[in-house]
Amino acid sequence: MSTSTSNEEIVPTTLGGKASDYLDQRLGIAGAAKKNLRKIFPDHWSFMLGEVCLYSFIILLLSGIFLTLFFTPSMGEVTYNGSYTPLDGIKMSEAYASTLNISFDVRGGLLMRQIHHWAALVFVMGIMVHMLRIFFTGAFRKPRELNWLIGFTLFVLALLEGFAGYSLPDDLLSGTGLRIMQGIILSIPIVGTYLSYFFFGGLFPGHVLIPRLFTVHILLVPGIILALITAHLILVFYQKHTQWAGPGRTNENVVGLPLMPVYMAKAGGFFFVVFGFIALLGGLVSINPIWDYGPYVPTQITAGSQPDFYIGFFEGALRMMPNWEINAWGHTLSLNILIPAVVVPGILFTGLAIYPFFEAWVTGDKREHHILDRPRNMPTRTAIGVAGIVFYGIGWINGGNDLVATHFNLSVETITWVDRVLIFVGPVFGFWLTRRICFGLQRRDRDKVLHGRESGIITRSPEGQFSEIHTPLPQGDLHKLTAHDVHRPLTLTEVTDSNGVPAPKLRLAKLRARATRWYFGERVEKPTEEEYRQAISSGHH
Amino acid sequence: MSGDMTHDEGHGSVAVEQEHGHGVVAENPFADPGLPEHQPRLTDIDEKVARKSERIVAGLFILSALATIAFMVCYTEVPNNTATIVDFFPIGAISASNFALGLTLGVALFSMGAGAIYWARTLMTDVELPQERHLLESTPEDKAVAAAEFQQGLEDSAWKQRPLIRRTLIGAMAVLPLPALWILRDLGPLPGTTQRQTAWTAGELIINDNSISLDGTQGSGIKPEDLQVGTLVSASPAAVLTAGDNAVNMMTMSAILLVRMNPADIKSQQEIDWGYEGIVAFSKICTHVGCPVQLYEQQTHHMLCPCHQSTFDLSDNGRVVFGPAARSLPQLPITVNADGYLVAKAGFDQPVGPSFWERG
Repeated sequence: MSTSTSNEEIVPTTLGGKASDYLDQRLGIAGAAKKNLRKIFPDHWSFMLGEVCLYSFIILLLSGIFLTLFFTPSMGEVTYNGSYTPLDGIKMSEAYASTLNISFDVRGGLLMRQIHHWAALVFVMGIMVHMLRIFFTGAFRKPRELNWLIGFTLFVLALLEGFAGYSLPDDLLSGTGLRIMQGIILSIPIVGTYLSYFFFGGLFPGHVLIPRLFTVHILLVPGIILALITAHLILVFYQKHTQWAGPGRTNENVVGLPLMPVYMAKAGGFFFVVFGFIALLGGLVSINPIWDYGPYVPTQITAGSQPDFYIGFFEGALRMMPNWEINAWGHTLSLNILIPAVVVPGILFTGLAIYPFFEAWVTGDKREHHILDRPRNMPTRTAIGVAGIVFYGIGWINGGNDLVATHFNLSVETITWVDRVLIFVGPVFGFWLTRRICFGLQRRDRDKVLHGRESGIITRSPEGQFSEIHTPLPQGDLHKLTAHDVHRPLTLTEVTDSNGVPAPKLRLAKLRARATRWYFGERVEKPTEEEYRQAISSGHH
Repeated sequence: MSGDMTHDEGHGSVAVEQEHGHGVVAENPFADPGLPEHQPRLTDIDEKVARKSERIVAGLFILSALATIAFMVCYTEVPNNTATIVDFFPIGAISASNFALGLTLGVALFSMGAGAIYWARTLMTDVELPQERHLLESTPEDKAVAAAEFQQGLEDSAWKQRPLIRRTLIGAMAVLPLPALWILRDLGPLPGTTQRQTAWTAGELIINDNSISLDGTQGSGIKPEDLQVGTLVSASPAAVLTAGDNAVNMMTMSAILLVRMNPADIKSQQEIDWGYEGIVAFSKICTHVGCPVQLYEQQTHHMLCPCHQSTFDLSDNGRVVFGPAARSLPQLPITVNADGYLVAKAGFDQPVGPSFWERG
């Protein structure tokens, strides 16, 4: 008996086909696969920066799990009798002794430690560069502001996680870092002393810190990071990736190559490339040789103590601050610590977190943006970013003022004073210079559109005049160079768009109008069609 | 500045759009021409090139497998001890086991990735495809339906008509998380006055840190004649020798430095009085964030903290001469006891180490 039905049943024959059919009958995965297997992702080298962060995090999880099998998170004192003879007979914490054991007695242990440390540096560095990419291309604009916030939170957590991990081996350098952290906690008004006693379980260094940090480092923070990375990626997937302007690329499409097979191979392969690169670093380049530092003893220190690079800015700010302290009504307010360690980073990080919302307020732009900005086309935003980088960079360099002093034979006082000035002057200069450069680049784009590219061919006219032939741009390039918006400052009426505005709102409106003038008051206009036609008819010069 | 630059102060310049009656170029010259035609790669048109690519990819995968096997061999065959090292420029000396394992693992992973990427770039499609992107915002109809559903849910719960339930629920929910804070109370003791106390009291013997035995229970005192002018010694109170588990905490608060100067170099009378024949004792804990100060300049009597470069003048009451520290290093008054050993004459007259809110 045969009954013909309109939709014929597909009977899988291969093993893979049978397996997917089994799963589909229980989970309905074909629907998701239909939509996503051939999902299109755009291609650009800068889109791999986020991948670097994701992969280094996976490497951190893998190498970290290995390390937990051998690490003893305890401050209990033991006398070392292991195979690293220079420390033979020395009293140290179990944490430090087990780190020595991992480094010298567990085969592959040192490799895993070094992979873990290098991967942590790549992770934080990757986040910083990825964030700068997002910032300078305007990828944080609507609808991606929330993902910016998730990414920002991941950045903060990565710093916290890095510091916690750095502190676990309980060597002289990491203990010194913890001591500085305790000094900073003590400076917090009103609750600082209590926080320090709760955190360290009494006086510094106490006996409970390493096990507590261990839980924070291997469970609490990585758990949150993992959850947030998942949310971050789901949003990237759901909102679809941004792309650069170009022929055929619009705000309503995404042009690129399919997930299967191209991005599976490229992104999957890139994971192994990152892992391989970090494994080579771990095998060939020594990092954090804790046996050279010795166990932590609070009364000892080495000259040239340096934290990992991502703490350098905070360290530099601490070193730079003048020694202001207020003593009044029986209380002490340590501005010399509070300002560089709490207030300035607080302002910097808050500014970073809210920037997308600030810019949306300034531009009054409520559209969805899926086409990236070229940094030159948003000169003020780009200049703000550069000013931030300069500010951070000066602080970071000052974090190594002692090393700069010894390497370049300068006095540490001079370097500190120069940095104290530069941290104010540098960002202003960087802001100004960046805007000039952006305007210059925009003008060059404009010239290219109107007059074409220099061909390098010189002709001589019958009158004897030499001139270079300019070849007009292909239409794709014309489109690409004129695809951006040129924002205009909002007038007060545009900001308020009604007459009877109450006074406090009016003040805010005036502020907003001023902010848009600051952003867009000075600008390079795109060539108009009219200008283009005139340029053509006057003969490409 | 060229004429294309626009400068205005809020008057909102109007971009002049001129209409042209007689057409020169009718359509918009900047219009999107659409996706450019695909340019085939050599591997798309020449099977010989494609086969070469295939061999390269396969070669990388084979290299990866070989390196993986080499890794497992190196694990057992390369000895893991401090004597077996490799040393070559520019990497320097490194454990041979670490070198071999890192190299083989790195090659195994890297060539696996390089093979996959090379495959994708040369043999998989590079025809760019467009996919539609829908704006994320829902349609007004969907929004209206969602709002209505929500409203219905609200009404079904009587949330609005029963303010008593609403308010008590909000109130109860607001206090419910508080135990999460309460239960953390036993993380540590309250500070009390411990942040002000050190182990120094009148008559406390000063122990040379270098003389403390490895187990921390033996140590010897210092006689004035042991110290030459210009000598610097790290020292602790004798109490740390019997403090057991508490020794590290005690040293953190009570560590001191002894320096012997020519009494004529000392600028402050009080400092001379609190010292003994030019030997003065200062807290070793920096008043900035608590690192031990350690770098001593014999000629200037400047003491530098290596952490943040706070510099203290030990010949002038430990005054801050540079850096972020706000307060002088506290001086410990000392004298000698009946046996001729240096002891504390009294405790510190102020809390040592970093500032804290209650310090005053």
